[in-house]
Amino acid sequence: MTATEASVRELTYGAAFTETLRQIMAEDHDVFVAGEDVGAAGGVFGSFTGLQREFGEMRVVDTPISEQAIVGLGTGAAVSGLRPVVDLMFMDFVLVAMDQIVNQAAKLKYMFGGNTSLPMTITTNAGAGLSAAAQHSQSLEALLCHIPGLKVVMPSNAHDVKGLLTASIRDDNPVVFVKHKRLLGQKSYCPEDLFEVPLGSASITRPGNDVTLVTYGRMVSESLKAASVLASEGIDVEVIDLRTLQPLDTETIVASVQRTNHCVVAHEAVRFGGLGAEIAAHIQEQAFDYLDAPVGRVGAPFSPVPFTPALESEYVPDAAGIADDVRAAVLRLG
Amino acid sequence: MEITAEVLVDLHHRMVRIRRFEEAAGALFENSEMPGFIHLYVGEEAVAAGVCATLRNDDQVGSTHRGHGHLVAKGGDLSRMMAELMGKATGYNHGKGGSMHICDLDLNMLGANGIVGGGIPIAVGAAFANKYRKSDTVAVVFFGDGATNIGAFHEAINMASALQLPAVFVCENNEYGEFTPRRDTMGVDDVVDRAAGYGIPGVVVDGMDVVAVFEAAAQAVARARGGQGPSFIEAKTYRFYNHHGVQTLGVKYRSDEEVARWRERDPIVLLEERLLALDVMTAEDIEAVHRQVQADVDAAVAFGKESPYPEPSALLEDVYTVGGVR
Ligand SMILES: Cc1ncc(C[n+]2csc(CCOP(=O)(O)OP(=O)(O)O)c2C)c(N)n1
Ligand SMILES: [Mg+2]
Repeated sequence: MTATEASVRELTYGAAFTETLRQIMAEDHDVFVAGEDVGAAGGVFGSFTGLQREFGEMRVVDTPISEQAIVGLGTGAAVSGLRPVVDLMFMDFVLVAMDQIVNQAAKLKYMFGGNTSLPMTITTNAGAGLSAAAQHSQSLEALLCHIPGLKVVMPSNAHDVKGLLTASIRDDNPVVFVKHKRLLGQKSYCPEDLFEVPLGSASITRPGNDVTLVTYGRMVSESLKAASVLASEGIDVEVIDLRTLQPLDTETIVASVQRTNHCVVAHEAVRFGGLGAEIAAHIQEQAFDYLDAPVGRVGAPFSPVPFTPALESEYVPDAAGIADDVRAAVLRLG
Repeated sequence: MEITAEVLVDLHHRMVRIRRFEEAAGALFENSEMPGFIHLYVGEEAVAAGVCATLRNDDQVGSTHRGHGHLVAKGGDLSRMMAELMGKATGYNHGKGGSMHICDLDLNMLGANGIVGGGIPIAVGAAFANKYRKSDTVAVVFFGDGATNIGAFHEAINMASALQLPAVFVCENNEYGEFTPRRDTMGVDDVVDRAAGYGIPGVVVDGMDVVAVFEAAAQAVARARGGQGPSFIEAKTYRFYNHHGVQTLGVKYRSDEEVARWRERDPIVLLEERLLALDVMTAEDIEAVHRQVQADVDAAVAFGKESPYPEPSALLEDVYTVGGVR
């Protein structure tokens, strides 16, 4: 294969997840998967297709519908030297397991004075736009980023799925790996061999000079769309894909804002108390004198996710809304 | 409660309403005329019908992600249901809930639920309110076999037992949680074995026999109404269609032979054979029920299709109660 052929290898976001897991399981026998329907059924959205056939029932475990015990299983196995990947189907179900995640997994190392480590990855699917209603559509990353001891990852493309999943599973801390349901079928460049995208490193997806647009997950593609519209209006947008939300790459954000003097943060999660608030706070602490305008924030309105497409389409932030906020920041409108 | 001819006719009517509603909803869903997720109740009609026929309007019903049948059996309005499933403003939840959250608080149907096991503690809370008010109202909660593996079930049933609440726990054991066989997820042969661990009486009934369900429910409800505490019913049943939607896509998890065996015991056909044998209804009577119900369902579909979507301004309404509900 020539270098050009290799560089155009494309995979869907969902297939990149499955392929990566298969490769990691082949190289590390301590890695196992547990969750509802992950075995013969291949997991929700097919994320674990074929893995049980390949690795057997002890390494791809179909569990009862018991989210709390699933995360507990992972926590106990991790403390005992294994490297579990536990699946919680929908991010909304993370809430059912919150005690095991927040009171147990996240804190054990600290509470035990460093005498253990917890190499567990919790995988799940977030995001609205499928008329899945208020209990199957949430983006709850801010809740998790608030918890010391947890790492939180939200990839936007197949390449980063591979690099971040590899880094997450090899990491000795509990990591919540959040896919976006509407990205699962999206194809993009993805290398074949395993590699790591270091946790805590953002990427500049589109360089620009006039305004920094900080985003992650599915809002990356919406932000890039907004950026190309704005380019035609003479606004040169730099798009930063955070990739990891905890730890947060404030260095990349601050350095960018020091150049562009404007910043907007865009996420699908509810705006109030969302990651945008945290990022805006960091910027005013570290780059106050560089700012020409307040930091803009794009996020969902303050309501549960509505079922009907008529309201859900109003609810989920999009390129047009992001572009409006960027214009407002750059032109000091409204 | 006695099994009179009137009761049999009523049970039949409830079951046919569920079946015809679900078949129509499934067709709309397969035809991409209905958004979101839809979990059909076809095959399990005898459970909701048999239980709800023993209830009064004020008795509460807790439900699941597979909740349409519970609402239809409690007397739900087919038009408002269909409109909700289509996301229309005229639906029960004004389009905000859809299939997984459909409810009718006037009928004391406390809502379908997107979280497996999520409805069980809520129903126990309703039972508590009944006892608190010294009323003889009963709370019934439906849940799947899979739901009995989740903590919320165990905490709630123990609470109901400890506080001796007027609750009836109805397990719809269709032998699968999504695509995983029940036997791979629990160590007991019958789900009802779990009731004993909480000091609650339990029975197993043939969930395809609506009369058996009705009799068991009548006893359990009478116990609760009489202040004798909670009971547990395990109804052995089967869903004729896929976990979600109608057709099984992707991995096949049940054999054709197994599905056919259960379909041979279609709960509606079984009851109709009985109605004919007992001379309670003629073939023409039965046919007339189907025709009438189908007309109602067709009208519900038309109502749903013609109804408007909610206005964008509805998005931020009802996040909070403003000014109180009293
Ligand atoms: C807390 C939680 N975990 C997982 C799911 C995904 N899920 C939806 S239905 C279902 C199976 C439920 O099985 P059961 O309780 O037997 O009900 P059935 O679908 O068979 O009627 C699962 C796992 C969910 N909705 N909520
Ligand atoms: Mg089941």
